[in-house]
Amino acid sequence: MKFEGTVIKYGDNVDTDVIIPARYLNTIDVKELASHCMEDIDTTFTSRVKEGDIMVAGENFGCGSSREHAPIAIKASGISLVIAKSFARIFYRNSINIGLAIVECPEAAEAIEEGHIVEADLDNGILLDKTTGASYKTAPFPAFIQTIIENGGLIESIRKGAVK
Amino acid sequence: MGMTMTQKILAAHAGLDSVEAGQLILVNLDRVLGNDITSPVAIREFDKLGIDKVYDKDKVTMVMDHFAPNKDIKAATQCKMCRDFCAEKEVTHFYDVGQMGIEHALLPEKGLVVSGDVVIGADSHTCTYGALGAFSTGVGSTDMACGMAIGKAWFKVPSAIKFELKGKLNPYVSGKDVILHIIGMIGVDGALYRSMEFTGEGVASLSISDRLTMTNMAIEAGAKNGIFEVDEQTLAYIAEHSNRKPVVYKADEDAVYDETYVIDLSEIKSTVAFPHLPENTRTIDNVGDVKIDQVVIGSCTNGFYRDIEEAASIFKGKKVAKNVRAIIIPATQDIYLKAMENGLLKIFIEAGCIVSTPTCGPCLGGHMGILAAGERAVSTTNRNFVGRMGHPTSEVYLASPAVAAASAITGKISGPEEVM
Repeated sequence: MKFEGTVIKYGDNVDTDVIIPARYLNTIDVKELASHCMEDIDTTFTSRVKEGDIMVAGENFGCGSSREHAPIAIKASGISLVIAKSFARIFYRNSINIGLAIVECPEAAEAIEEGHIVEADLDNGILLDKTTGASYKTAPFPAFIQTIIENGGLIESIRKGAVK
Repeated sequence: MGMTMTQKILAAHAGLDSVEAGQLILVNLDRVLGNDITSPVAIREFDKLGIDKVYDKDKVTMVMDHFAPNKDIKAATQCKMCRDFCAEKEVTHFYDVGQMGIEHALLPEKGLVVSGDVVIGADSHTCTYGALGAFSTGVGSTDMACGMAIGKAWFKVPSAIKFELKGKLNPYVSGKDVILHIIGMIGVDGALYRSMEFTGEGVASLSISDRLTMTNMAIEAGAKNGIFEVDEQTLAYIAEHSNRKPVVYKADEDAVYDETYVIDLSEIKSTVAFPHLPENTRTIDNVGDVKIDQVVIGSCTNGFYRDIEEAASIFKGKKVAKNVRAIIIPATQDIYLKAMENGLLKIFIEAGCIVSTPTCGPCLGGHMGILAAGERAVSTTNRNFVGRMGHPTSEVYLASPAVAAASAITGKISGPEEVM
């Protein structure tokens, strides 16, 4: 999996209530969810995000509620990859399950700044900050999780018999 | 190598003699839960699988509690989607308005979870059932959909932090203060991906509702699950509520823990979490002068009978401060009924509180008590994130029922000693 995009950066403990406030959870329409993504901490996000952009954040990204609407809203807003120092565990598994690419890399998440152009090669575990020229290594996913990702999420993995 | 309580339950449900931290396993599920917000996404995903029935119609459970009674047309549509799905799949445990309560108070009360169970729920506070010695954890809607389809979920076996409890709580100090104290100590990611296991001689002095409150907020420290060692009180509670036989797992003597904390319950003071993270805790003697606009007493954290009873004991014969709205939400119909029979509702109404039918409502800024810009609430709920209860500039202060009731009376954050 390879990605290239412009970085939109946030801090530590970005919770699912700010990723998609609960007041909008009376719908499962992905476009409508995306139209409110991040609005409680960043009213400019939905207007400036472009298809393929990369989100970079600090510790414990996606903490709080189990709402899958959070990674759904991020994915539907056009974000191709989230890089963070660490992820809250439910957000992490939800992202894997729905096929939103995420990667944990504290060094990259610390150094990469808003507006930088980043190239990610997750198969080989390399993140390249094209703005500064710095590159970072990421750990590969365990085989079981790789299977889910390669099959396009958990539902597809079960449908194809890859997870029984 | 010895296993923790959590590891033993997971091993048994994966058909393995032993497991170790970090191992990825596929686990058989005793219950799969969803609510009116997360189930619609799960149903949409389930339908993609092309399967016409759920793995076990007695084990799938849906509770209409978040935006129910329906707050608007969209919420009504989501509840209808769940209702239709459960009717079509003949789901036994579908709880709608009239039978429903807040899910994590309802399931233990209905005897749907016993010690040794593995439960997943598409709601982060599913970790509550660890109070009964079960492994339970929050997942997303896709996991719920797959759980409904094949009765299994994948997990990375967690390592654990041990909390050894000793001593006894002081009057008006409760499980909420203990868990806020712990989150303040270890932080909102202090237990990330790990189990929080509660043991020690101090456990016996904690009521089941204190324990439910504590495991409920394990997720606020980032934990995968929180779990209490099973004792006589647990078994008595289960015998009273369920026909099922509990299976008791004890941690091995040589179980390995990442860290061990000794908590002396007698040293815990009333504790408040300031905006906008549950780790921003202060003891009641350090809160300063914080005027408030609203108080909420309820939720899956603190809507249990003992919570409602403690609040009533403080409101009795007193009045809610001018310009404060006090909202009491018993978590289930049974709790509501018992509060009515024991005269607690009269105390609340005479004090100037309102009493609502069970709903998650205000906790997540859904309905039944939304905050305007700049308003402040003291709430017995579990999260105080930006915009959690309403406008992004409003503020939520998390506290126990005793502190919330006292604060409603004084109009500022106050300890119960101030009004008793």
